[in-house]
Amino acid sequence: MQLNMIQIILVVIVSFLAGMEGILDEFHFHQPVVACTLIGLVTGQLVPCMILGGSLQMIALGWANIGAAVAPDVALASVASAIILVLGGDFGAKGRASALAIAVPLAVAGLLLTILVRTITTGIVHIMDAAAKEGSFRKIDMWQYIAISLQGLRIAIPAALILAIGAGPVSSMLKAMPSWLTDGLALGGGMVVAVGYAMVINMMASREVWPFFAIGFVLATIKSLTLIGLGAIGLAMAMIYLALSKNGGGSGSGSGGSGETNTGDPVGDIIDDY
Amino acid sequence: MADQVKISKRDRIAVWWRSTFIQGSWNYERMQNGGWAYSLIPVLKKLYKTKEDRAAALKRHLEFFNCHPYLASPILGVTMALEEDRANGAPVDDVAIQGVKVGMMGPLAGIGDPVFWFTVKPIIGAVAASLAMTGNIMGPIIYFVAWNVIRMAFMWYTQELGYKAGSKITEDMSGGLLQNITKGASILGMFILGALINRWVVVKFTPVVATNKLAKGAYIDWSNLPSGTAGIKEALIQHSHGLALSATKVTTLQDNLDLLIPGLAALLLTLLCMWLLKKKVSPIILILGLFVVGVVFHVIGLM
Repeated sequence: MQLNMIQIILVVIVSFLAGMEGILDEFHFHQPVVACTLIGLVTGQLVPCMILGGSLQMIALGWANIGAAVAPDVALASVASAIILVLGGDFGAKGRASALAIAVPLAVAGLLLTILVRTITTGIVHIMDAAAKEGSFRKIDMWQYIAISLQGLRIAIPAALILAIGAGPVSSMLKAMPSWLTDGLALGGGMVVAVGYAMVINMMASREVWPFFAIGFVLATIKSLTLIGLGAIGLAMAMIYLALSKNGGGSGSGSGGSGETNTGDPVGDIIDDY
Repeated sequence: MADQVKISKRDRIAVWWRSTFIQGSWNYERMQNGGWAYSLIPVLKKLYKTKEDRAAALKRHLEFFNCHPYLASPILGVTMALEEDRANGAPVDDVAIQGVKVGMMGPLAGIGDPVFWFTVKPIIGAVAASLAMTGNIMGPIIYFVAWNVIRMAFMWYTQELGYKAGSKITEDMSGGLLQNITKGASILGMFILGALINRWVVVKFTPVVATNKLAKGAYIDWSNLPSGTAGIKEALIQHSHGLALSATKVTTLQDNLDLLIPGLAALLLTLLCMWLLKKKVSPIILILGLFVVGVVFHVIGLM
């Protein structure tokens, strides 16, 4: 079906919001059940898009951004599949199935755009560094908004493209992208995390604390230890170290007390501690 | 002291709202650092008036930071309290503030992921999705409202909790509590960094270094299994007894490295990055370089 100008603008705005949220992960405009419904709302196809959103939400239940890793791009998948459904004009089960079939590869392809934007924002924080030297709060604010807008454009531009060229060329374009490029970039994505950690270690490391790094590294090979478990071990070791290095003297009431009541609950311990 | 600057509730509300955008400038170099500094600006503006103080404060808060976006709130609370004390003359140095941030972010991120991403979100998502699939508009509405009420309440209360707890740290300066916390935090921080590098930095080599023929009886003899489901059952039983699936055992370079210790390649990569950074190689070059390495190594079959 054809969309009028106002509908197209509204669809692009919804895509922009979804793109921002895909990275912010706060309001969750980008979750399929919300994003597809919003696209449906502005195009007048509320119910079919909502049903599509529900189906896609079920697929994406376990997708999550953890650490530096980004899950398949659910924002692009939601927005694109809803637009394709509306453009296709088949609101039955068959139309939904083909929209979903395009959505999942798009979610993976969307990762490339995320990597691209996150690399651009690396440049932006260097501009922020310069603004910090001037003590300019206004410039930091401005660049933060620019960075967020880039994340919005990350979804808004592809959405506008799909609106402009139609659904057919989109799926053939996806098939044309070579797998060596996408797989290779994914491998790179797994490695670049090391750069961030290397910077922190360069800042924190001293001869005194290196042994704890080694213990952490070795203990992490035990896959059944969760990060919470590792946190509890680390906290306990820090307390033991402090208590032993005190030479029986000082007061240090806070850390001694919670050391004994370490219940494997690091939140409680941290809060008691601070 | 008469000229104490205090952080008001209004400032804290402003930080709480801004922390919604903490991931906005997420980048490969220092991750949430831009969003972190952006979130703290209302407080820094209140506490520091001269250009030099403001520049130093901003620089301090543009250092590496990464946590679960909601669990950053208690850390923001503690940091606000520390900054308040510092602005009022307490000897809180950069290392103490950085130590508290890094020490708290690892364990707290470890709480946020399982709680929010693997518990709350799938539950609300599954309820909302099942409603939406039957064409009920309450599905999306419930998802949006429930998620945001939980999130906003959590972020506000944990930020307040952090702020109140953080104020106490510097009250007991004479007892050396702060030095203890700084050292404790850097111990915890290094420990967690060791663990994170092992878990989150992914380096995988695929070349096959050896293909060994296994002795008869050490693998499942597929041609002599009973037909139909009985055969599947027999195969599963044999597999659970430790029989290999095929007659040859393939050992990749990765398997050999993992025999030394899993994650060794990740550790070496991190140490290499540290060394290059100390040699003043730009982090951006490193990041782009690693993507190129990923593609090239994949194409030549090394990864």
